[in-house]
Amino acid sequence: MTKSELIARLAERHPHLVAADAELAVKTILDAMVISLVEGRRIEIRGFGSFSLNYRPPRLGRNPKTGEKVEVAGKYVPHFKAGKELRDRVDYSD
Amino acid sequence: MTLTKAELANLLFDKVGLNKREAKEMVEAFFDEVRTALEKGDSVKLSGFGNFQLRDKPQRPGRNPKTGEEMPITARRVVTFHASHKLKAMVEDHHDVAGTHSE
Repeated sequence: MTKSELIARLAERHPHLVAADAELAVKTILDAMVISLVEGRRIEIRGFGSFSLNYRPPRLGRNPKTGEKVEVAGKYVPHFKAGKELRDRVDYSD
Repeated sequence: MTLTKAELANLLFDKVGLNKREAKEMVEAFFDEVRTALEKGDSVKLSGFGNFQLRDKPQRPGRNPKTGEEMPITARRVVTFHASHKLKAMVEDHHDVAGTHSE
């Protein structure tokens, strides 16, 4: 499912709204989630999961072309942990 | 401090002009559609944010951490999230290197 398919499904579910509202709603939700993570704020969606930042410490890497050692700076990366309801619904084995 | 469904609903009220009830329902519907797609085995690609994918993991040996007893971890399907390059770059740019948190 792509973003445009998600917008179409939400528009279908909300026939009383104009289609542009579903699009703006999806954009608003995703923008808020991006801004939240960029600011280092956790996102917690009950029944779905949580997003947070994980720290990757600095390390000594190698330039794969030259084999030369390079210092790779520490950084933060986005991380998602599925909530129990999502985990259970996705897992067919039980 | 944490971003929740309630805050997202408030944003839909402010920015999209949905009423409070519609805004709350739209936020629920958003995550419900993503969940339903994943439940059906469909991956979800939200450009600019990231992709949710499914991985089928085979059974593997495990241990009960409390008792130390060996027991197999059953085969299962799990959700993985891969942040888009755009989101990763924005997060990296905003947070200084070497672990200093810029807030």
